[in-house]
Amino acid sequence: MEVRVQNVRKEFDRFPALHDVSLDIHSGELIALLGPSGSGKTTLLRLIAGLEMPTAGKIFFGDTDASEKTVQERNIGFVFQHYALFRHMTILENISFGLKVRPRSTRPPNGEIRRRAMELLDLVQLTGLEKRYPNQLSGGQRQRVALARALAIEPAVLLLDEPFGALDAQVRRELRKWLREIHDRTGHTTVFVTHDQEEALELSDRLCVMSQGKIEQVGTPDTVYDHPTSPFVFGFIGESSTLPVTVENGELWVGGRAIGVPAGDATPGDARLFFRPHDVELVEADASLAGVVSTSRRVGGTRRVELEIGGAGHHVEVDLPFDHPAGEKTRLAFRPRRWKLFPAA
Amino acid sequence: MSAAVSTAPRRAWSFRQPSVIPGFGLTLGFTLTYFSLIILIPLIALAVRSAGLGPEGFWKAATDARVLGSLRVSFVTALIAAGVNVVFGTLIAWCLVRYRFPGRRIFDAIIDLPFALPTAVAGIALTAIYAPNGTVGALFAPLGWRIAYTPAGIVIAMIFIGLPFVVRTIQPILEEVSHEVEEASATLGANRFQTIFHVILPSLMPAILTGFALAFARAVGEYGSIIFIAGNIPFVSEIAPLLIYIRLQEFNYVGATVIATVMLLISFAILFLINLIQAWSRRRYGYGN
Amino acid sequence: MATKLRARLKRRRSPTSESRPVQLLLIGISLLFMAIILVLPLYAVFHEALSKGIGTFFAALGEHDAQAAIRLTLLVAAIAVPLNVVFGLAASWAIAKFEFKGKAFLITLIDLPFSVSPVISGLVYVLLFGAGSFLGPFLKSYGIEVLFALPGIVLATIFVTFPFVARELIPLMQDQGTGDEEAALSLGANGLQTFWRVTLPNIKWGLLYGVLLCNARAMGEFGAVAVVSGKIRGQTTTMPLQVEMLYNEYNATAAFALASLLALLALVTLVLKSALEWRFGEEIAAGNH
Repeated sequence: MEVRVQNVRKEFDRFPALHDVSLDIHSGELIALLGPSGSGKTTLLRLIAGLEMPTAGKIFFGDTDASEKTVQERNIGFVFQHYALFRHMTILENISFGLKVRPRSTRPPNGEIRRRAMELLDLVQLTGLEKRYPNQLSGGQRQRVALARALAIEPAVLLLDEPFGALDAQVRRELRKWLREIHDRTGHTTVFVTHDQEEALELSDRLCVMSQGKIEQVGTPDTVYDHPTSPFVFGFIGESSTLPVTVENGELWVGGRAIGVPAGDATPGDARLFFRPHDVELVEADASLAGVVSTSRRVGGTRRVELEIGGAGHHVEVDLPFDHPAGEKTRLAFRPRRWKLFPAA
Repeated sequence: MSAAVSTAPRRAWSFRQPSVIPGFGLTLGFTLTYFSLIILIPLIALAVRSAGLGPEGFWKAATDARVLGSLRVSFVTALIAAGVNVVFGTLIAWCLVRYRFPGRRIFDAIIDLPFALPTAVAGIALTAIYAPNGTVGALFAPLGWRIAYTPAGIVIAMIFIGLPFVVRTIQPILEEVSHEVEEASATLGANRFQTIFHVILPSLMPAILTGFALAFARAVGEYGSIIFIAGNIPFVSEIAPLLIYIRLQEFNYVGATVIATVMLLISFAILFLINLIQAWSRRRYGYGN
Repeated sequence: MATKLRARLKRRRSPTSESRPVQLLLIGISLLFMAIILVLPLYAVFHEALSKGIGTFFAALGEHDAQAAIRLTLLVAAIAVPLNVVFGLAASWAIAKFEFKGKAFLITLIDLPFSVSPVISGLVYVLLFGAGSFLGPFLKSYGIEVLFALPGIVLATIFVTFPFVARELIPLMQDQGTGDEEAALSLGANGLQTFWRVTLPNIKWGLLYGVLLCNARAMGEFGAVAVVSGKIRGQTTTMPLQVEMLYNEYNATAAFALASLLALLALVTLVLKSALEWRFGEEIAAGNH
């Protein structure tokens, strides 16, 4: 099912949580809503679900206007961060709940409900636990039950709100891989909210980066990582270093020195240079970024070096292989291999 | 024979875990002494008196027609009152927790009135209201219905004293029911009615049962607020605690002791049942109260 | 037009709440029930007390017997409450600050008096000190009267109010743990200093809360005291007993006048209790923060 969010605004007691947000979600894709807390990502998810109603704007499921429908009528599957399992029901009863509460005319017979629930239990690899209570399962198992319960009603869209947020790092990585597999097998249009960029990059077909109630950028993980369209996205996704520069004579200048980086078609004047710490090359040439090493730490397989550039106290970080001889030096000169210029703030 | 002396610290049985905080012996000693003097020894005196009767004598006294009649009156009225309290207590707890309305805090505070109002005061006030010429009694008198001086009056008094037990047991558990669970139910297609009756109320069941048992236990033992309104007619509206009192006035200590022992056994059984409900609920669902 | 309106109403409604009309209906039922069961009796007390005018009201309170009853009630509470405070502090210190075998059982035992009918609480002392007992005649030979005298009334009052302070303090002190005390001890304070300067300030509002409830019950106790007092006018009648005697003598106005003082006490207790809950909620109830 295709989902279109059209110029949606949401205010809570006059406090705007979303400003005029539009987003097209393709049928069958797995899309991540990524952003820091307070960015409005959960609000957007809850609006799609019908757990909140927009102050203005519309949400379409296919061609039908879903914003006129209640949450019950939208037929969505929602997975909560803290599972929200019914603790007085067994696992089987939890999974069957959505089918059992249907009106008699659309409710499958009891045998069929049970068969489908068992099938889903199998899909989430919890066969044999149907008689247990949620309290008797681990966090990872509970979240899998929650997913099975959401899938049982054959939802038009599957919505997950920080589904792995309450789990240990280890379980989290396993479930991430496993969610991708389930998605590939069932093909549900899936939207999930996360503040963990690694999770979003690894799991999603596309990601939608949000900040302060607005969408910053939508694209595939590679596009967003390689071609961030705003300083926020560059800073939020992946590691980044930034430096104030001046554009003059088709070149970039820092502290009165050209750094050997062509400015392309950037407008002359002040700007901000962004680059990835691992995407640099060490050079001997004069035209380069040179700085004094202020700290140097080994982080796993790389050495992260913090440099002070110029006299204004600007710090940038660059990564070297941990055994690179330059790691011993007190001064380093480098050029970013790939970079991006944004207008000065 | 190996005479090796183990130097490893042995996990000896110890009454308490070591602590740097002083005063354990003093405070626990005082607690146990005080408890024994005030509660334990008097209760043992009751048990000894009962046991002195022998099983046959005890049975004969316990199955006396008037005793059985008073126990029946007490238990039947207490069951009805606890039932009414569960229904309205749950509703009141729901409104106080879920809805915002003017005066909510005042009504919340008033729930505890039966804890604070002396039972004798409640008794004469309820009698004044429900007597045939009282505010409410006068409404029913033309219909030929009498409330005061009948078992109905006993039920009213028991509802009064039992209500806070139900409300105060359910309230904290209801506050804990997560909003997310209700949202989950709605996303799965359940309407509000289904969510309340299939999701919320069942998860409150341990608290509701506990509240019922507490209200019931309190109602069975209640004396002060009931005797004024009850009419106290043997076999009809004479409650067991009143019969104990009457036996004492007659210096029939044996008769009083027997009724008291039967009532105590039943109260302890209820107490045990409450603990069982909570232990079961904690084990299965991971919560109790 | 109508369908559009319905759609708009549907959109307005939160999926996890009831529509406002349903809410108002449920609130209405709850408040009506509380008004009839709780508020009406309270109103009736004051209404009846003042029904013959303010002069009669004060005359009834000025009666010699009424004055004696008020003095006795205050005296009994002044003895029983401090004793239960000392017990509550000792018990909660032993239970909350140490780990020992049988702790859970001890907590259950402390609550025991709550599940004993007040009449039985009085009865056990009659059996212990009355005619035919061992202790009664023994003490009498030394000139000490327990039954039908002040000591009996105090004992019965202590029995029924036994758990109040302890059950308030135990969860509170368990929740606070032992960190503060260990810190004080490590800084060189001795046990008594630690208690006075660290523990007591931490629990003072919870303690006051417990004292409030304990006192209300102590002054209002009826059933247990009725059994042991002998109801000697002007000597062993507490206020609730005096209320009963006046009421049974068809002197309803005087009975309600005295009852209104007790009702006032209940109201003051409720107001102070609510004020404590609102102001110091997290310092009273364990686990609320």
